[in-house]
Amino acid sequence: MSSPSPIRFVRERSRFDFDGELRKRRIDLPPLAVDTLQVNVTKLCNQVCRHCHVDASPSRTEAMSREGIEKCLEILAAHEQITKLDITGGAPELHPYFNAFVERAVALGKHVMVRHNLTVQLDGHPVTKESRAYLPEFFARNRVEVISSLPYYQEFFTDAQRGSGAFRKSIEALRRLNVQGYGVEGSGLVLNLVYNPVGPYLPAPQASLEADYKRSLKEAFGLVFNSLYTITNMPINRFRLHLEKSGQYDAYMEKLLAAFNPGAAQGVMCRSLISVGHDGRIYDCDFNQMLEIDAADAHDRSLSIFDFDFDRVLGRAIRFESHCFACTAGAGSSCGGATTSA
Amino acid sequence: MSNYFESEDLKKFGDIGQHAKALADDFFKYYGDVTGTDGALTRREKALIALAVSHAQKCPYCIDAYTTQCLETGANPEQMMEAVHVAAVMQAGITLVHSVQMQNHLKKLVL
Repeated sequence: MSSPSPIRFVRERSRFDFDGELRKRRIDLPPLAVDTLQVNVTKLCNQVCRHCHVDASPSRTEAMSREGIEKCLEILAAHEQITKLDITGGAPELHPYFNAFVERAVALGKHVMVRHNLTVQLDGHPVTKESRAYLPEFFARNRVEVISSLPYYQEFFTDAQRGSGAFRKSIEALRRLNVQGYGVEGSGLVLNLVYNPVGPYLPAPQASLEADYKRSLKEAFGLVFNSLYTITNMPINRFRLHLEKSGQYDAYMEKLLAAFNPGAAQGVMCRSLISVGHDGRIYDCDFNQMLEIDAADAHDRSLSIFDFDFDRVLGRAIRFESHCFACTAGAGSSCGGATTSA
Repeated sequence: MSNYFESEDLKKFGDIGQHAKALADDFFKYYGDVTGTDGALTRREKALIALAVSHAQKCPYCIDAYTTQCLETGANPEQMMEAVHVAAVMQAGITLVHSVQMQNHLKKLVL
């Protein structure tokens, strides 16, 4: 395997200066741990969501190699401090080695989370048309934690963001997960939902929105789930393009900047997680990955799973950019939802 | 400036402090205390009331601001539209109830 490619990201000049904000507030955010390996196995997806920071779609072809999957498993096996595997995409279930990746990580005793878009259960593979209807049973058998995006508990917002018909398919997919015991009290099978705003505004408080989701989904469809994660939309890629085309980019960034919360900054997920791209390169988070802002060690050398060194990874300086204001606004935002109760 | 009610002007709300800073400071503290916290009413309920008032008072700045505030406090479009209907029926009812005055006067005038 060749050595990691040089850092390619060129820092943009921005009046929304995250590093400057941290300096002004005397906040230092070094990595605290690496307890989660988040692996983006493919950009292929059955959906084309309007806010998607990955720009995932049925036409994307990027996928992690078999060698890359093996290397991730090797890293998980060798590092007991990395207790969680968080598999994302695209729709990760469309990756040809997805099932084996899950099963072998579970066999290593790792807590496995899958970012499951729900509709793939019904849509199947967008290219080969292979079914993915087996997923609820597969998840349950492996006791995977399922984390699913459902932008709202009503059709209007959900379909606006994820495409016409997405809400009804998502409801059916949730029903199938509930049948397996997901989200059902006492089952131990965890089903968490993800809310994100359907535009350039901040999420409502997580606890109150979770109560609304639980009441509405139960009353309207008889559905249950465990927790709701509220996530702020990232002003990058497809969503940034929408903001710029509609003349709302500056206003959104100003909103995020005005809502900067030092408490949320302390809890940013990049302090305890690393993100792995389909080509094996390591990033501070999935958002940096999509912007190709490589994580770099103390000597400014790019990091990769193919020459993985835990101490080099933990000793890195996290690379922040203007989009990081989305993780520190209001109650904070991470792949696990709000980071404070503010 | 070529139009009244430029949307960019909403950002200048704080400028009401020019020439009367102490009064503006008092107002903004009161405003924040009333709308920015959960009290006997939740922030969401207050946002829905404010959205209704924004329509009744026909304030485009407030309609933009409180549409966003409703979403950021978790209100859904049905609740928002219903709040506007409350404003609408209140205005219609206020108009109609004045017809009692008209009828009273009519009775006085008619032999």
